[in-house]
Amino acid sequence: MANTMLEVKELSTKYITRFREDVYAVDRVSLAVKEGRSLGIAGESGCGKSTLALSLMGYYFPPLHYTSGEIIINGKNISGMKPDDVRKSILGREIAYIPQAAMNALNPTRKIIHFIEDVIMEHEVYATKKDIYERAKKLFETLGLPAEVLQKYPVELSGGMKQRTVIAISVLLLPKVLIADEPSSALDVTSQKMVIKMLRHLMEAGMISSMIFITHELPLLYNVVDDIMVMYAGQIVETGASREMVFDPIHPYSKGLMGSIIVPEQGLRDVKLTAIPGVPPNLKKPPAGCRFAERCRFVRPECLVTNVSLRQAGDGRAYRCILPEAELREAYAREEHKK
Amino acid sequence: MTTLTQPLLSARGVTKVFGFGRQKNTAVDNVDLDLYEGEVISIVGESGSGKTTISKILLGLLTETSGEIYFQGAKRDIRSHAKKQEYWKNIQAIFQDPFSSYNIFNKIDSVLLDCINMRGGRSLPREKKVEMMSEACSFVNLKFEELTNKYPFELSGGQMQRLMIARIFLLKPKILLADEPTSMIDACSRATILDELMHLRREIGMTIIFITHDIGLAYYVSDKVYIMEKGKFVESGSADSVILHPKEPYTRRLLNDVPKIYEEWDLTTV
Ligand SMILES: Nc1ncnc2c1ncn2[C@@H]1O[C@H](COP(=O)(O)OP(=O)(O)OP(=O)(O)O)[C@@H](O)[C@H]1O
Ligand SMILES: Nc1ncnc2c1ncn2[C@@H]1O[C@H](COP(=O)(O)OP(=O)(O)OP(=O)(O)O)[C@@H](O)[C@H]1O
Ligand SMILES: [Mg+2]
Ligand SMILES: [Mg+2]
Repeated sequence: MANTMLEVKELSTKYITRFREDVYAVDRVSLAVKEGRSLGIAGESGCGKSTLALSLMGYYFPPLHYTSGEIIINGKNISGMKPDDVRKSILGREIAYIPQAAMNALNPTRKIIHFIEDVIMEHEVYATKKDIYERAKKLFETLGLPAEVLQKYPVELSGGMKQRTVIAISVLLLPKVLIADEPSSALDVTSQKMVIKMLRHLMEAGMISSMIFITHELPLLYNVVDDIMVMYAGQIVETGASREMVFDPIHPYSKGLMGSIIVPEQGLRDVKLTAIPGVPPNLKKPPAGCRFAERCRFVRPECLVTNVSLRQAGDGRAYRCILPEAELREAYAREEHKK
Repeated sequence: MTTLTQPLLSARGVTKVFGFGRQKNTAVDNVDLDLYEGEVISIVGESGSGKTTISKILLGLLTETSGEIYFQGAKRDIRSHAKKQEYWKNIQAIFQDPFSSYNIFNKIDSVLLDCINMRGGRSLPREKKVEMMSEACSFVNLKFEELTNKYPFELSGGQMQRLMIARIFLLKPKILLADEPTSMIDACSRATILDELMHLRREIGMTIIFITHDIGLAYYVSDKVYIMEKGKFVESGSADSVILHPKEPYTRRLLNDVPKIYEEWDLTTV
């Protein structure tokens, strides 16, 4: 059995806004990522993907607050650890995070090598500049990035090159788990592919043990990760192996999400995509029952009042719906038939 | 939907050069294009290929270095301010960077109100205006009530793009130029929005130019596709012919780089 690199049990976290309102952005999320595996997190804008990423690293700086649950990273239970201690001993080494839009956050007046010096010196006070340069050069070359990049300013690099540089910097301290938050969504298809190739290489070469990949681009997820978790309004609505999740979703929301994929393949034109009308609920006052009920085409009165928990469907598959799997599948088959 | 009459908008030999001397950069290079009424076309190409530049020229926001633009059969003349305003009644745009397109001192309600006013709705009763604005927001999965009294910078990137698109449902322009209109919108909302936009297109016979590097989107929405490489159109034709039977290696590469679901995605080519 492979080791579990990251385990999260019933984690709940919230934002407390300037106006002292609570935003329940992550609600009782459990997940486990084994050594050598990668997990994708999908879901529409605002469903809590980035918040979950920060939360499971123990990165609780205001306005984000921990409510309950456990986090175990590579055997270390970090629940309740001070965020400053997390920053010193966990981030970068055990777990590294590439934030959304990281490539645009690089300070434009500093050369790439200077960022690298900062990152290393924060953890290794005695490292010399020469050592750091050698290490960086070696890493960049392994990852197929020209060493000249080290002497450049961020503005001198194309978007794709900048993003790959950011990824390279994030693995400098040899973290076990890498979390990449929408690393390629702003790039054109070719640059995007280079980023994906690099991430896959990191996994295959064993430079990182596990990866969490966050995006709303499902075709991308499908090509990168082993398992997919779909979130809706702060909760997991379905989780399972990539293939089954894409070709055989159970939950009505995942079904809709998979039905909205656009790929340039024959027969797609003139097909109506399965869009999901409506908007997600307000996370300041999440509904008492199923959070998706308001937009669900199979909604029943009890959905609005019953707090639905995740149901196991075998092989690590789970979904959050009061309707049994068989009934949902029958409904999908009927819809298919009508078309 | 292509009619064989004269094109609505044409470009002939349009070129745009930025800078000079060693800095000289030909962003758009001798481009020809014909856009017929009711047609939906896409311009597809990688980052820096000149898509935004050609679209700004078509809009009249940038002046071409050489070449001509024809609008409704006559050479386009937008040299005076009044003529520009007149031209913009026909052509409207959704810009790539939504943050740059709003006046940050204007609340969101006024962004939408302006659209109603521009279409001669200034004297409509307040309730009617609110109804129109709410409807436009609903087409793009936004709740109007949640937007009122907010400033554009209080929205997320995806919400801003939706707001830009909501404007189109109020403005109902003859020609819509949409530069990466859904890049920050998740796949699920994107499907809803595209369907609504296509619905509006059929309803009012809108002509649309989509600018994108998302070939799937181009294939889904357009009648005709233009592939742009380093400022030139290297291949163009019906969506089916260009996307399903590409001739140029560049087009094939772009297609090959799109993550696939039904077939193997070849990662060895980059
Ligand atoms: N600093 C904050 N204060 C209050 N609420 C916040 C804050 N940051 C995020 N939120 C709210 O928390 C929820 C989850 O946000 P989050 O950024 O995690 O979403 P996401 O799934 O990453 O979305 P996207 O795909 O747009 O990046 C949203 O409803 C958002 O409005
Ligand atoms: N105002 C400007 N001044 C100088 N050069 C410019 C200007 N605008 C664009 N360029 C250059 O023209 C070329 C084409 O840029 P353009 O923005 O049209 O590309 P694009 O296809 O829209 O790319 P993207 O997909 O990244 O939006 C690029 O080399 C760019 O650097
Ligand atoms: Mg996010
Ligand atoms: Mg552009």
